[in-house]
Amino acid sequence: MLEEDIASTNVGLDLLGQARLWLAYAGEIDGRSEDRLAYFRESGDFRNLLLVEQPNGNYADTIARQYLFDQWHVLVLAELATSKDSRIAAIAAKALTEVRYHVERSSRWVIRLGDGTDLSHGRMQAATDALWMYTGEMHIADASERPLIEAGIAADVEALRVPWLADVRSVFAEATLTVPADSWMQGANGRGGKQGVHTEHLSHLLAEMQVLPRTYPDARW
Amino acid sequence: MNLRNAGDDVARAVWTALGAIADPEIPVVSIVELGIVRDVRCGDDECVVTLTPTYSGCPAMRVIESDVQSALALVTNRPLRIVTALTPPWTSDAIAPEARRKLAAAGIAPPGEVSRIVFQREAVRCPNCGSMRTEEIARFGSTACKAQYRCRDCLEPFDYFKPH
Repeated sequence: MLEEDIASTNVGLDLLGQARLWLAYAGEIDGRSEDRLAYFRESGDFRNLLLVEQPNGNYADTIARQYLFDQWHVLVLAELATSKDSRIAAIAAKALTEVRYHVERSSRWVIRLGDGTDLSHGRMQAATDALWMYTGEMHIADASERPLIEAGIAADVEALRVPWLADVRSVFAEATLTVPADSWMQGANGRGGKQGVHTEHLSHLLAEMQVLPRTYPDARW
Repeated sequence: MNLRNAGDDVARAVWTALGAIADPEIPVVSIVELGIVRDVRCGDDECVVTLTPTYSGCPAMRVIESDVQSALALVTNRPLRIVTALTPPWTSDAIAPEARRKLAAAGIAPPGEVSRIVFQREAVRCPNCGSMRTEEIARFGSTACKAQYRCRDCLEPFDYFKPH
């Protein structure tokens, strides 16, 4: 498991690097530094998807969360790589090369665990079932996104639902997993991560991430 | 000598100095050989060095920038500006042929050509015994740019520089 520990860390490192590029750009527009945006916002100010703040759980939980996100991420970045905003297009094109690798790894793990032993199959299916309700908001454009989509700057996330589901279906078929039936989706009522309404887990993550710069506000690293 | 030529001379000296900077994580190759240095432009009032990260979260970028600062201070007294370019994204195809040989000699299997392996699994040659009977142990290795492999003939584990 040491190898997979390193793999998860490396995926995290890629995502952290990408987040820095996005936050630095957002900060230039917004007038706040990348560190200010990362360390001094409250949970209600974060606009991340609910899916990515869910706990690590067991390894099937971690992989299910990673895969469902990666499969969406790769589609969004491919769209953003053709954004009319050249800075967004450049960051997305860079991130895309990394995220293609992420989805390849996480989809292989979904298949290995799903089509593995009875125990691993059961855990993979349970993890997928539990996380499915957080996948709905990935495909719903927030009011603030719509003008950007129309202007060709942001990705049309609603149009990505069909290709995302097709990719998920094909991986799940190979993994002998059942695609959960769509029922209640968190955030679908306009009260989800994109509106700053989060699950309790985000605050715990932020507490750990933000404690140092908040305790020593002038610290430099 | 006109100013333009003087600038070119400085740029040549800068390229030479950059070529002597080892990559912090894979010190057998230089940052120029890895394709991290995109451009050098020396004008009368400053030198601009354009770098591109291999991976957007590469933790070595800061070290590389500070290595560039100190190396160039020895070659030119013009102020140095380091610019980071993301476009076009770095790929392992930017690694110079000589650097690939150096990687292999250091026990790191060099990457295959990205364009050739997109739709098929790559065949990786063991850097220790040359066997093609190798298998992947993990998709990621000791750094973001490497995967872990094992040779089924000499049984040695080794790093594979990912085609990316």
